[in-house]
Amino acid sequence: MQLPDAEKLCEQLAAELAPKLGPKSAMIGLYTGGAWLAERLHKLLDMKSPLGLMDIAFYRDDYHEQGLHHDPKRTRIPFDVSGRDLLLVDDVLYTGRTVRAAMNELFDYGRPASISLVVLADRGGRQLPICAQYCGAKVAVPAGRRLSLTRAADGRLALALEPDRAE
Amino acid sequence: MQSNPQLNAKGELQHLLSIEGLPREIVTQILDTAESFAGVTEREVKKVPLLRGKSVFNLFFEPSTRTRTTFEIAAKRLSADVINLNIAASSQTKGESLLDTVANLSAMQADIFVVRHEASGAPYLVARHVKPHEHVINAGDGRHAHPTQGLLDLYTIRHFKKDFRGLTVAIVGDVLHSRVARSLIHGLTTLGAPEVRVIGPQTLVPTGVAALGVHVFHDMREGLKGCDVVVMLRLQNERMRGALLPSAQEYFKNYGLTLEKLSVAKPDAIVMHPGPMNRGVEIDSSVADGPHSVILPQVTFGIAVRMAVMSIVAGN
Repeated sequence: MQLPDAEKLCEQLAAELAPKLGPKSAMIGLYTGGAWLAERLHKLLDMKSPLGLMDIAFYRDDYHEQGLHHDPKRTRIPFDVSGRDLLLVDDVLYTGRTVRAAMNELFDYGRPASISLVVLADRGGRQLPICAQYCGAKVAVPAGRRLSLTRAADGRLALALEPDRAE
Repeated sequence: MQSNPQLNAKGELQHLLSIEGLPREIVTQILDTAESFAGVTEREVKKVPLLRGKSVFNLFFEPSTRTRTTFEIAAKRLSADVINLNIAASSQTKGESLLDTVANLSAMQADIFVVRHEASGAPYLVARHVKPHEHVINAGDGRHAHPTQGLLDLYTIRHFKKDFRGLTVAIVGDVLHSRVARSLIHGLTTLGAPEVRVIGPQTLVPTGVAALGVHVFHDMREGLKGCDVVVMLRLQNERMRGALLPSAQEYFKNYGLTLEKLSVAKPDAIVMHPGPMNRGVEIDSSVADGPHSVILPQVTFGIAVRMAVMSIVAGN
């Protein structure tokens, strides 16, 4: 099947976000795909506040079944989240569980004024009441497959379908 | 794989009993995970919900303040419930066996046992008898091992020196009675530190230690030459009463770390100590409080390392 061009979606998202940015805006990307996307958007939008990067491994709701995933990255949020209008960036929105974990982690850093969710692709299949405020494209994904973002050596982003690991 | 009592059938860490025999990937996994937890301990809210609803029992059959406290802080920062048992003052004095104590605590729905015991191998015995969902962490057994101390030492070295390749590490003092030294030597070997030295008087260096791949020195200045990392060991006062050492003054003269002796190490050498320190016996205050000392960061890192170990074993 034909997947949308991630590079085009990035530009489209940046254009959509640009007029919405205010003095209190700040961006946080979720490892790994969301961090790549956030790095790109942060640059395209020329944002003043530094970029935050988050690994939600310590807030996952499947820890008791899955244990800790290997090499969790260190969350680094180089600004005070309190009072900020946060753009939370992930590559693919699916069940909503990652976003739930990310919001829980964020509130351990402070009380943001608002959080908006930015995703490159929404594949449906939500298990929690979560939706994206900014979405590059809706993508139908066949059962048993995983949609994810890849980054080539030259930095080019692309969407890819892989066999799903567990489900 | 199954012969290693620390690993489950999938080769994952089930209990932490010793660094000896741990695959390099697991040691690295612990250090990497600790790195992420170090970020948590710098936040306003120093807690994550990972072990919510789990119970951690600190079983200390031997007195300890620092290790017990850092395990307690680590467990609390993972949102676990912590129960401290100072067994020296409880059932054991009434004659209950170690396994009976563990069976009773297990009946109280334990998830993790942190065990310190004066007998080498005691945590292995416990690990063999706990239920499959229960995990055992060795917090120091006899002269055998103190793996979380060894891991926090490795973490500290990696933090300041970035890479183990090319490092010269000296471990100084009472190696004979030190479970800390043994754990660190195994860890350094596993991670590929090319030159590990042991420095101490003949009476305090075990005869077989060279078989672990270390170089033995009895002259401190010679041993410290060109070192990147100097790990001082605590000289236990009780050793002084036996025939092993003449006196504290004599020991300090030969093996106490002073700025003058340290001057032959690399200019950017770091000095570590597992604590508690005997100032004026194995280390001079000018060094302990000086620019080379990373003794207090070690304590802070110890919390992140113990959070990593608990969250990895409890998830496997």
